Amino acid sequence: MKRRVSRCAGSVHVFSFLLTSSDRRNIASTSARQADITLTVDGKQVTVPQGSALIQACEAAGSPIPRFCYHDRLAIAGNCRMCLVEVARSPKPVASCAAPAMQGQVVFTNTPLVHEAREGVMEFLLANHPLDCPICDQGGECDLQDQSIRYGSDRTRFHEIAGKRAVSNKDLGPIVKTSMNRCIQCTRCVRFANEVAGVEDLGTTGRGNDLEIGMYVEKMMNSELSGNVIDLCPVGALTSKPYAFHARPWELKNTESIDVLDAVGSNIRVDSRGVQVMRVQPRTNDDVNEEWISDKTRYAYDGLRFQRLTTPLIKGPDNRFVAASWPDALTAIADGLNRTGAAGNEIKAVAGHLADTESLVVLKDLMNRLGSDNLASDLSSSYGNAPPMYGVDIRSNYSFNSTIPGIEDADAILLVGTNPRHEAAVLNSRIRKSWLHSELVVGMVGARADTTYGYEHLGDDAKALEKFLAGKTKGEFTERWAKAERPMIILGSMMAEHADGESVLGMLARYVSASGSRVMREDWNGFNVLQRVASRPALYEIGFVPSRAASSATPKFIYLLNADEVDPASIPANAFVVYQGHHGDRGAALADVCLPGAAYTEKSATWVNTEGRSQLGRAAVPPPGAAREDWKIVRALADVLGVCLPYEDVVGVRDRMWAISPALVRWDGLERTSFEFAKVGLKSLSGIGQKTPSGEKIGPAVSNFYQTDVVSRASVTMAQCTRAFVTGEKESGKAAVEMHA
Amino acid sequence: MLPRLPRLCAPRLCAPSGRLRVISTTAHRRSDALFNHRDTPYNNPQIEFKFTAENLKRAKEIISHYPPQYKKAAVIPLLDLGQRQNKGWTSISVMHYVADLLELPPMRVYEVATFYTMFNREPIGTNFVQVCTTTPCMLRGSTDILNATLSHLGGIKPGETTKDGKFTVIEVECQGACSNAPMLVVNDDFYEDLTPQSTKAILDAFAKGEKPKPGPQSGRRTSENSAGLTSLTTKPYGPGEFCQPEFQ
Repeated sequence: MKRRVSRCAGSVHVFSFLLTSSDRRNIASTSARQADITLTVDGKQVTVPQGSALIQACEAAGSPIPRFCYHDRLAIAGNCRMCLVEVARSPKPVASCAAPAMQGQVVFTNTPLVHEAREGVMEFLLANHPLDCPICDQGGECDLQDQSIRYGSDRTRFHEIAGKRAVSNKDLGPIVKTSMNRCIQCTRCVRFANEVAGVEDLGTTGRGNDLEIGMYVEKMMNSELSGNVIDLCPVGALTSKPYAFHARPWELKNTESIDVLDAVGSNIRVDSRGVQVMRVQPRTNDDVNEEWISDKTRYAYDGLRFQRLTTPLIKGPDNRFVAASWPDALTAIADGLNRTGAAGNEIKAVAGHLADTESLVVLKDLMNRLGSDNLASDLSSSYGNAPPMYGVDIRSNYSFNSTIPGIEDADAILLVGTNPRHEAAVLNSRIRKSWLHSELVVGMVGARADTTYGYEHLGDDAKALEKFLAGKTKGEFTERWAKAERPMIILGSMMAEHADGESVLGMLARYVSASGSRVMREDWNGFNVLQRVASRPALYEIGFVPSRAASSATPKFIYLLNADEVDPASIPANAFVVYQGHHGDRGAALADVCLPGAAYTEKSATWVNTEGRSQLGRAAVPPPGAAREDWKIVRALADVLGVCLPYEDVVGVRDRMWAISPALVRWDGLERTSFEFAKVGLKSLSGIGQKTPSGEKIGPAVSNFYQTDVVSRASVTMAQCTRAFVTGEKESGKAAVEMHA
Repeated sequence: MLPRLPRLCAPRLCAPSGRLRVISTTAHRRSDALFNHRDTPYNNPQIEFKFTAENLKRAKEIISHYPPQYKKAAVIPLLDLGQRQNKGWTSISVMHYVADLLELPPMRVYEVATFYTMFNREPIGTNFVQVCTTTPCMLRGSTDILNATLSHLGGIKPGETTKDGKFTVIEVECQGACSNAPMLVVNDDFYEDLTPQSTKAILDAFAKGEKPKPGPQSGRRTSENSAGLTSLTTKPYGPGEFCQPEFQ
């Protein structure tokens, strides 16, 4: 079996951050893992795989090594020299990050020589580091601060009156604030930008004392992962612009949660102070997001402060919303239901992007008990009114079956109607990682896009895909695809909203079936659907889809659960509309009654990601005003409507979820669909889309990465990013002044 | 800590009027170049740069020296070629052109061009005068040479260009001609064994558009001993001399 490239720093390749352009990939790579070796660190025997860096061996032996430039997930640079250790029979201290661990080596990390070396390195680093910790945003979580306390000298020999090195600040855009005087040139940000983010614009200019990090020309860091350089920066040189001077780390309450702004389910830590979310940080989960999150995940949180629904609203006769109490609002809904006389499938529920699993389950139960099967979702135009093309009976038909770490095993990837960079930014960085470190080839059918890795464009409509699957396309990708042992098809969720969606899905299903065990077998399922909306995997898992009869009914009563992307044309003029959600956006504008719900940082809810991995988000702050957790709102409404739902607390709801699908409450685990079921699922898809495709062009699913849902649309930072990176408008004068202040 | 106290307090006690005593300090070093690009009328990406047909042929020849996947290794020779074609300096357009040619992200080329000091990122005069002031040259009087050069060119400072645009003078580190110190470089040629007089003569010649003979200006050949031969003064043995008769 091919080795997984789980850590690119597995072997030592000094200065390999000089990567090549996007159509040529890095040659330097990790070597194949060999036998284990044993060495002695501080008198302790430790066994590590051959090719490990000495620093990893020291870590394994429990000896902490201070470091600035070394990072597990980045190439090795070896330029900060903080990780010096003493090795027996070596004349000088050795930089443990750049030295390979050797069999039988005897290493000391706690000797006078090492202490002196660290103290010396620290003194040199501090010689040019400004003493502005009190006004530095990194204060309290600064590696340099921490390590200078632990390893530095307790007195200064620095008496330079003329001052320290001065470096001009760079404008990296609305997210990263720079204070380059503080930079210690560890080059972590440069390596991250080049290796992980795939924006090869960041580098080092000059030499020696003049060396500085930057882009040389005036340019912004146009990457959807740029926020991660803030976490990587061991000092305060790169800090967060939206969070600047807002809080100190020790004031913040940390809540471990799940991101819902795409369907990757990135693990996040929500840092809050009082009732406000101050920032969102990534949490390490090697199976999902490693330790990166996208800029939308990180910075859309300020959208949680604006446009919020804080009290129930009832639309008066003059078409204006009037604040109401909860009992009044719920009674108004009951009255509306009676007045319209809606019954059975005329009662329709629409689930939106940010609906959590608990509230979906409760809403489905309510609808079913009201006699309705009309459970739609807010797919574009009328696609949400029918069951999705892939059906919901078998999970492997709509999930990312290869799993996210599985991308690193693939040797050929076919992207169909998807640009993972914008639909699942963190997942995209996995593809890039694999592309850099293995012989992976990527082909694409759909709109051309800058994916951060090289790909062969096979065409932009279903006919091109048909031609490729029939083997009539020529090119390197076709050849490599034919020989691939672990081919991977990634079908974009947007295809479920496309005229040729069924043809494409049917085509792919028939291709996978016909290719025998090549794409789908016991140990490999290369058929993937990449969902881009957080609620949809859960929606399909619980079967929140309309029956055939229901989808043709004309609704008289419509319940929008976080449904903001719903097509206004699909709502009949005389229908009574209820909107439940947290932002006053498109959905609320359509409603007769608005019920204020909780946003994802304000409720403990289950989220299912595109792989089908169920994860538990936790409430970091209380919902604002009279807003309530969503499932409770639906449960209260059921009472007012006289419908009895058999649960009264969240435990009861989760019991109900267990009854629907046990996987929903086995949090953090991933239950894969068995090979037999996946085969059955594939067979059920093979029949669809038999007619010839129309050849309509497949456009991008996400035109503006920064604004895809209510939270990011309400966010000031995301609006600034949109201006800077999408529409290309210049920043306003005020913002420019702030930057230079 | 305690034994140190008196020492720490001493200067302040002794200083008459609160004057601070500087314990040790080094000369304040300012960087001589800007390591960021700022668009100017004479240096911006809109100015087109292209290799001439002849240089393009040379560039292809240079690229062919490297395996195709390591094409980026040609970045230094190509930048040099571009600098020569672009009147001795590497503009942003030259860097972009080289990046295009080698299929590199421009940043990789900027890194190289800013790292190596021999890539001039600002325009220079027709004659680029580099005066060596490293230790061996300095011991042999390079300070006089530098001063003579600067005053002869109208009192400019190192790094500046004369008003007529004919000369740019900079101080450089060792050029590896220490046996003929002091020396200066004009464009691609070394002028060695200088005196202030010969320096002025060289500069005058260049000002007139002539090119004086490069090499030692003192009349000695290459770096042979200026005091004449001190060894190997006798006639060398001919073939067969001092051999056994049968080998003569």
